[in-house]
Formats: sequence, C-alpha cells, structure tokens
Amino acid sequence: MSLGIVMLVHTAFERAEQVARHWAASGCPLVIHVDRAVPERAYRAFVKALSDLPDLRFARRHRCEWGMWGLVAATQDASTIMLREFPAVRHVYLASGSCLPLRPVQELIDYLAARPQTDFIESATTADVPWTMGGLDEERFTLRFPFSWRRRRRLFDGYVALQRRLGLRRRIPDGIVPHMGSQWWCLTRETLAAILDDPDRRAIDRYFSKVWIPDESYFQTLARKHSRQIESRSLTLSKFDHQGKPHVFYDDHLQLLRRSDCFVARKIWPSANRLYEAFLTDQAGAMSRTEPNPGKIDRVFAKAMERRVRGRPGLYMQSRFPVEGRENGLTCAPYAVFEGFSELFENFEPWLARMTGARVHGHLFAPERAEFADGETVMTGALSDSAALRDYNPRAFLASLIWNTRGERQCFQLGPGDVFEDVERFIARDANAQVSVISGAWAVPLFRSGGDVAAIRQEAARLQAREAAHLAVLRAQSTRARVRIWTMAEFVESPVEPLQSILAEIGQANPRGLAEVPRMADLTGFEQFLQDLKNQGMHPYLMGDFRAGTGLHPSPDAQRKPYLAR
Amino acid sequence: MGLWQSYRMRLRRKRARIRAFRKHFALRPVADRTAGIRPGDVLLFSTLRDEKVRLPYFLKYYRDLGIGHFLIVDNDSSDGSADYLAGQPDVSLWSTRASYKGARFGIDWLNWLQGRHGHGHWTLVVDPDEFLIYPFCDTRPIRALTDWLDASEIRSFGAMLLDMYPKGPIDAVPYRPGQDPFEIAAWFDPGNYTIRRNPLYGNLWIQGGPRARVFFADRPKKAPALNKTPLVRWDRRHAYDSSTHMLLPRGLNLTYDAWGGEKASGILLHAKFLDTFAAKAEEELRRRQHYAGSVEYKAYAERVRDDPELWCKWSEKYINWRQLEILGLMSKGNWA
Repeated sequence: MSLGIVMLVHTAFERAEQVARHWAASGCPLVIHVDRAVPERAYRAFVKALSDLPDLRFARRHRCEWGMWGLVAATQDASTIMLREFPAVRHVYLASGSCLPLRPVQELIDYLAARPQTDFIESATTADVPWTMGGLDEERFTLRFPFSWRRRRRLFDGYVALQRRLGLRRRIPDGIVPHMGSQWWCLTRETLAAILDDPDRRAIDRYFSKVWIPDESYFQTLARKHSRQIESRSLTLSKFDHQGKPHVFYDDHLQLLRRSDCFVARKIWPSANRLYEAFLTDQAGAMSRTEPNPGKIDRVFAKAMERRVRGRPGLYMQSRFPVEGRENGLTCAPYAVFEGFSELFENFEPWLARMTGARVHGHLFAPERAEFADGETVMTGALSDSAALRDYNPRAFLASLIWNTRGERQCFQLGPGDVFEDVERFIARDANAQVSVISGAWAVPLFRSGGDVAAIRQEAARLQAREAAHLAVLRAQSTRARVRIWTMAEFVESPVEPLQSILAEIGQANPRGLAEVPRMADLTGFEQFLQDLKNQGMHPYLMGDFRAGTGLHPSPDAQRKPYLAR
Repeated sequence: MGLWQSYRMRLRRKRARIRAFRKHFALRPVADRTAGIRPGDVLLFSTLRDEKVRLPYFLKYYRDLGIGHFLIVDNDSSDGSADYLAGQPDVSLWSTRASYKGARFGIDWLNWLQGRHGHGHWTLVVDPDEFLIYPFCDTRPIRALTDWLDASEIRSFGAMLLDMYPKGPIDAVPYRPGQDPFEIAAWFDPGNYTIRRNPLYGNLWIQGGPRARVFFADRPKKAPALNKTPLVRWDRRHAYDSSTHMLLPRGLNLTYDAWGGEKASGILLHAKFLDTFAAKAEEELRRRQHYAGSVEYKAYAERVRDDPELWCKWSEKYINWRQLEILGLMSKGNWA
C-alpha cells in the first residue's frame, strides 16, 4: 500500500463508485469528498453503496463551487484524513469522480515507487502560463474575489473594477511565490504533510480563500515552498477549452486514449460505456509501460480550439458569420480578376487557361448570366449561373465560388459593363484578390462593333464613368487586394512584361519567358475612333494617350473596317 | 439595441405565449404519456398531417439518437397517422382539426406544449421529414451533445435545413414505410447558400439549395428560409416567433459566431423530395395552409409537373456528418 487516492465527487455517482472500486481493487485506500450541494439522499445512497470497502473514508463535506475556496478546503480535509488514517501511503493522488485510470493501477504504483521523492504537480509562475481566463492573471493574487464568477458575474466584475479603480492590492504573504497549474496532482506524503502542517497555514489559507480559482494555485504554490523535487506536470490527462472548461472524452476517443499512455484521464462523459468497460475491466488490453505521451490528444483539442476561435477563413455558414473586419480572410484562397484583358486580346481566356491550368471564367458578373468556364450553367457547389440568384447576394456568390473550388485557382473577367456594385468593395478589401486592370479597354469592343459613333458615344460615356468609379474603389486606402492598373496605351506598348508578371503571380512563371502570347485585337484605326468620340463631345481618357505616337503594331493584313458595316 | 426595441421584443414574446395559450384549447389529448418523462430526457415536438408512411423510420431514427419522449400534434390526418402514433409507448399525442395556418403553422400549439412539458428539458422541434445531424452523431447519442451544451452554457443549437433529393425524377422511386429516405434522396447542393443577418432578431437568414436554384432562380427573395434552431434548452418563457426560424428572447438566435470563429452546429436533412412530394404539393396548394399564400407550393406545383429533376452535375452524394463538416455546411466548433 503506497498510493492513496483523494477523490472529489459531485455527480455521476455510479461511475464514481465504479472507479473507486477499481482503485480499491489494487489496494489503494481512498478518501472521498462529496460536494455539499449534493442532496442528502443521494449522498447517503452513495456512502451505502461503498460501505463494503474497508479502506475508504468520507471527508467532511464542503460546498465546491468552481473558482472558489471550497474545493481546496475539501482537498485539505480529505488529505488530512488520508495521511492520518493510512500511514503506509507514500503518494497521494488527487482525482475526481469523472477521472478514469487508463493503465493498470499497479503500473502507476510501480511508477511512483521508482520515484519516491518526486512530486508530480504542474506549477508555473503567472508570467509564464498562457491559460489565464478573463484577463486575470497576476490579479488573481492581488485582488479579492469573494463572489462567484459563475453565479454572480455582475458582482464579480463590479468588485474587480472597483478594486482596480481604488488601486487596492493585497499583500502576498511572505515566503509565497504564486504558481499555477492543473488542479490534479500527485504529491508525496512528506510534501503534503508539510503543506498541511505549515506553521503559517492559517494566514496562508486566509489569503488563498480570496484568491480566484485557488484550486489551481494553492497546492501549486505551496509545493514550491516545501517540495524537494518537483516534476512540473500532471499525471492526469486533462485538457481545457478556450473558456477554461475541461474537454470531455467519449467512446470514440478510445483509440486516442489508448495511445496516450497516460495514467489517468479526465473528464469522461458518464455514459461513455465503452470507455469505462475498456479501461476498467479489460486489463489485458492496457498499454505498454512507457512514459505518458498525450501529444496526439493535445493536437486534436488544439485544433478544436482553433476552429472555435478562428474558424475556417473565407467560410460563411450558419455558425460562422463574421462581422466586417473580423473575417480573418474574406475568401479562402487567392484568385485573379482581369479587367480589359478579354477585350484587348482575342483569345485571352483559353490562353490563360492553357498557361496556368487555372479555371478561367468569363464575366462572372455579366448582366445576363454568370459566364462560368466552358459555358457551364451550374458550377462546383451547384452554384447557378442565374443572374437573379447571383445579384441577390453577390458577395456570397463570390465567396462560395472560391470556397467550393478550394485547391483550384480561379480567374475571372470583370468590366464596367458588369453588375458588380455590391461586390467591388468586397473584392478590393480581399487580400486574396489579384486584380489586373487595363483601363479603357472596354472601348475595344465598341470600336470593333463598328456601330455609329454617335450611338456608341453614350455607351462609352457610361462605361467610362463606371470604370472611373471602380478604379477609385480599387485605389482606396482600405484596399488590400493586389491591384495593378495599366492604361490601355501603356499595355499595348509592351504587353509581354505585364503578362509575365501576372502568370508569375498565379505561380506559373516560366524563366525562359512566355511560350505563347495571346493574340491582340486589331487596333488599326483605334486612334481615329477615339478622335471621333472626342469630336462627338465625349472625352475618353482612361485608355491613356494614344495620339502621341503610341507604338501600335497593326498586322499588315488587317483591314480597317468601315464604321457602318453592320 | 435600444430599450424601446427590447420592450417591443418582450411584447412580441408575451404575445406569442398568449397565442399559445389561446390556441391550446383546440388541442385534444389522444394519448398523454407525459407522466413518463424523466428529468433530463431530450424531448421531441412535432406537428404533422398525413405522414404515416414516414413515421416508422422517423421514430426509429430519433429513438436511436436517444430521444426520451415524442410529443406530437396530429392536425386532422386521414391516413391513420394518429392511430399509429397513439399505439407507440414513448409518444404523447394531441389531435386538432383547427387551422394549421391559424396556429401560425403549428408554432402556437408547439409553443404551448413546450411551455407545458419542455421546461428545463432540451427540446427538439422537427417536422417528420427532418432528420437531425450533429457532430459525432454516428458515435455519440444526443445526450452527449446536450450535456456538452449545458457544460458550455449554450442554450440553443442551430441546424440548417439541407434539402435532399434523388437523382432522376423525384417520383421515380417509391418510398416504402420504414425505409431510410436518404437511400433515395441521397443528393444535396453543397455550396450555393446565401446568408443575411436579421438585424432585429439577430438570427441569420439562409437561403439557397435546390429550391432556390430550380424553383426560385428568377425571384430569389421568395426562396424558402433554411436557417433553423431546432434544439433549445427550453424555458417556459421562451417562444418561437412566427416560425421555427426565429426564437425569443433573441439571445437564443445567436447560434453563430460573429468574430471569425465557428460555433458548433448541425444539419437537418430534409427528406421532402420523395415520390410523396407531388401529391403533397397539389394538396397543400388546394388547402392553402402554408406560408405566404403557399407561394412555395405554387412554384413547386408548376415546376414539378413538367421537369421533376433537381439533380445536377455538381450535386453531392450524402455520406456522413464529417463530409458536411468538411464542406462547411456544419461545424464541430470546439467540441472534439
């Protein structure tokens, strides 16, 4: 008999009884504390159910409320009984009713017997721990916390604020250096006795009774004072979420727990029958004698916390709908937006698809329908090409498109003729957007349509005004998209370099240069077209200056089309 | 949120409770086994009419999840639903011939029953064609979820409606009683949902899916709402307001995270589009007992007559909850 168990119980008595019997079967004496909030009848039934175990005592009952002193008082009383009544106990293990031993108890006894002087208690100074709750770390020890955080939140917060405002600070008793750590520990008889028999105990207890969450600091601090050898880790596997609540283990964690090699886990869902069955009855299936290795479980719970706190960037769904500014990524992956390219080049879309392997859509925000790649009417995710559906919520449309095609780069065309007023700020704010604009290129289809200039003039004015407004949005301070804007004149003069840089950004740079360039539309007579517009009283300026000797390279066979051909 | 608005909401909630009281006189108890409800039981509430063919699988599905008791209002069925339900040991049944529409699509009746029997319980409000999926539902009973929600001090759990449909014409394969409807209606739209926040109630307004894509492509505003909060730790002061899409007090609607994180959420698989649908749509159109002048059913009836196929190339075949989680339709949140 070298290991004694102090067990704190407040619910799930059948499971607590089962675990108590499990400990007892390996010869461990137990002292059990039952929360005073438990009804008398349930308590008596529990005591009666365990009355056949000889080495079992019940401690005086305290009210154990989370974050309050009662838990420490309960532990103190129970530990005192343990040390007094069972002199052969060398180590005392603090466990709860929802703890489950994962390895044969004898292995734990042997493990401790091989380390007779070691106290296993997680204990770190406040400056070094990340797990503080509610912004209170050092203040846990320097303010007073007489009110329950769970039940009296307002009083709790109010009293904290009041003390801060008045600048009240408690004096920490001499010889005390506050430490914190998991409340589940395993201490040697010597250390535990020294803590309980400390000559200053009354003063220390008085101090800690107003500290917040003293069960995470009382023994952790005093062990530092009295222990000869501290191993700062808990033998109990216990994980907490971002709210400081313990993660719960269920039947489907069986393999994870088996591979953890931990001695004890908490907390177990009371109805996890398979877990209780596997670990309490099936000793043969127990684990090898190795050091505990909870790394895998750590990762599972760390991922869960990450998902709860940060979520999946670019996902909008029923339980993740961030307010503006808290999206942590407006969309989930980079995508490229091209403005003016399909107008200036005759085969830009197939060329881009060939060069990059990306999915290249036409004008996704065209007035009639969303022009998905390959003329599809429905896209990945069952996204419809209906303009009405798209325009009903264009941001959702775009975010869904990018989300649905995770792993495949999306490119699409945009132009001043499109319907995208509701989504342009979204694109501009989106760090995933790579926007390349050839300003004024919307004039090319007008020019090539060969219509009457007088009739075209109005349309040109509309498109130019729209594009000017759009460029202002892209150039705004708040823009986080990667935006590049060339005037058409600039671009036409040397198209290869910009094209190369665009491909490089999509990740398809070819060090030897472009294997193939897209075919530029025939611009013979474009200067005259612009001049005609001017003559009509319109001022086309977004395409840059074409008059002053822009280096247009008209193909020799290109014939200038007469304006009234159609 | 101003005081005036809070007061208005309070009045709305009171009004819903009063309506529930007024409408409960129409309910006639057929089989009242509510004395058998144990503390901590998760209770299921439902209103139905002529759904006998669905009931065997519906009851089995939710029994397997660990529902403690079923409280059902039968709205004048003529297909023997009532007799079937009255014979089940874990079902309490009320019947009424009153107007479904007059009881705000059954909400008033269920608000009453929930206030009466659901206080302090987790209550699940679903239709007979809705099947709740939540994280780990294949390995953990619903009590594991509600215990976790309790421990996390969460009072309500959201589950979006996911319309399921077959490949091929809706009426090609007949549904047999007791059959898993998702053997037939195995497909769904994975990524075409739109969300808006309702600034007054704080709930999200979700639309999309095959109904928006096929029936409402030209008037998306009218597409049915898919957001639901079916699982609530009920208090007698709570009330569903006008539909199961909105709850009062408003805090119960906050089943989503607005700061970038993900809360845990589930899915209601919606087995509406089976061979029974065409007949149902015609009948509902005749009765005009549904929302907004049954506009939804009008649209269905028109479309379903000529082209009853919802499946498309990008439809996704249902596998399990993990698939829905990966697709981003539901989330584990921090439940691991």
